Amino acid sequence: MTTPIIARFLLNYAAFELSVDLCLPGSGVSVLFGHSGSGKTSLLRCIAGLQQAGQGFLQINGKIWQDSESGIFIPTHKRSLGYVFQEANLFPHLTVKDNLLFGLKRIGKSTNDLSHILDLLGIAHLLGRMPDRLSGGERQRVAIARALALNPEILLMDEPLAALDFKRKQEILPFLVRLHQELNIPVLYVTHSQQEVAQLADHLVIMNEGKSLASGPLSDTLSRLDLTLAHEGDAATVWQTQVVGHEAEYHLTKVAFTGGVLSLPSLLLAIGTPVRVQIYARDVSITLQAPIATSILNVLSATITGIADADSGQNVVRLQVGTHPLLAHITHKSTVLLGLKIGMLVYVQIKATSILN
Amino acid sequence: MLTAADIATLWLTFKVASLATVLMLFIGTPLAWWLSRTNSRWKGICNALVALPLVLPPTVLGFYLLVIMGPRGPIGQLTSELGWGTLPFTFTGLVVASVLYSLPFVVQPLQASFAAIGAQPLEAAATLRAGPLDTFFHVVIPLAKPGFMTAAILGFAHTVGEFGVVLMVGGNIPDRTRVVSVQIYNHVEALEYTQAHWLAGGLLVFSFSVLLVLYSTLKTHPIAHQLK
Repeated sequence: MTTPIIARFLLNYAAFELSVDLCLPGSGVSVLFGHSGSGKTSLLRCIAGLQQAGQGFLQINGKIWQDSESGIFIPTHKRSLGYVFQEANLFPHLTVKDNLLFGLKRIGKSTNDLSHILDLLGIAHLLGRMPDRLSGGERQRVAIARALALNPEILLMDEPLAALDFKRKQEILPFLVRLHQELNIPVLYVTHSQQEVAQLADHLVIMNEGKSLASGPLSDTLSRLDLTLAHEGDAATVWQTQVVGHEAEYHLTKVAFTGGVLSLPSLLLAIGTPVRVQIYARDVSITLQAPIATSILNVLSATITGIADADSGQNVVRLQVGTHPLLAHITHKSTVLLGLKIGMLVYVQIKATSILN
Repeated sequence: MLTAADIATLWLTFKVASLATVLMLFIGTPLAWWLSRTNSRWKGICNALVALPLVLPPTVLGFYLLVIMGPRGPIGQLTSELGWGTLPFTFTGLVVASVLYSLPFVVQPLQASFAAIGAQPLEAAATLRAGPLDTFFHVVIPLAKPGFMTAAILGFAHTVGEFGVVLMVGGNIPDRTRVVSVQIYNHVEALEYTQAHWLAGGLLVFSFSVLLVLYSTLKTHPIAHQLK
């Protein structure tokens, strides 16, 4: 059983206040999501001790890193953390190898355990190079490896992809997804990209103007009708599923989750492999009876758990499929004609899905 | 050619400048580090004090040093009580004066190169378990190497070239305070132009070579770097 992360900070600047009181899971990826200036990076820096909040309490893995009440503030270099900056921030005077060894030398660890990390991030061939001879994506992969080499108790990542162009982002994301599957330490990941949220988050914290608007499991938070995320045109929910079979003749793969089975375009994955599926609210329609003849393969039974008004004659409907929340964007007219109410049992037709790994 | 007396002044100049450079690096490094990082209200005053010798006539600096290090000055009384005697007209006094006079040439390039490093590598080092001193020696100093080179070379060369302060504080005592610049003055006074030419020409070649090396090996312009 992992101990949760407790982070309470009060930090005052001239025109900015950070005021958070969070309890985050002690494993998996917690994404701090928000616009620039929302305080997500300040929060991460307070957790790392790079910035000292006047009032704060921070507990990681059962250890107290800050408690302003009793005057405790562990300096950054004594915290067991890994930090990945927006710019890779490699030491320009050291080779890739010496960058990787910088922290290891200081905790007196041998270098044998690096090979796994080198493989994971695909940087074994870069060891002899100087940082200025690396591409942006390679630099960031080395920076991630450098942080992980210390085997820290928590990994903090501050928009690690923001400084990269689209192509480099696509080059690194698969590595991050792999990390996500293999790491057993908690990761706090700051981003303003919804794509990164969908691909990486287990837990989502939404930051705005120095406060956390919401904090909860990814799908629960994405589907909260009181937050703007569920109302945006690209609102979506993310389901964790598992491959249960293939229909080779139709080029389909079947994945199961608590609410049933979905058919997805063929995936070259073994049975039992976890698959993240993203479903946009605009791709979901609702019917009262099970459709008898429909071209849509993915029809599931669901319960309506919430209905909210959106702009210009639209409704956002929140449903529950098994234990998974789902969003549907439909017209207000449809809501009225079908007489949709909270608690009703309906059928959802999912027109399209995207696979996130 | 150079006489034995000329060679003695050259050797003395080299000793003063080397010792002063080493001392300036020891004093200037923490001072420049503090100036590059602090937001203290003393920063402005400190910067102005360090830069003062750049604009002050050397005789003014020399005059005040003579007064405070003399038998009635506060420093003079302190050194007398410690049994060291007074510093004016001694080798030590000359080194002390040189350090104060050339300090801006050491502090400013260091300060600029420390500032250019920025907070990022320091934060990266902290997240990789390096404490502040460890970070200073293994990240800051290697990254500020061009700054240290500039500082050492300018500090040394500027000390070699001083005249006014030396004359005020050191006087003109052979083997103790008579440095090359003073010796050139002596030769000219005595109308020994040939001797003056040898030493003056030597200093000219030395100064030009030093600056040539500095400007052609460093990627950034050392003075432009300072002004940044």
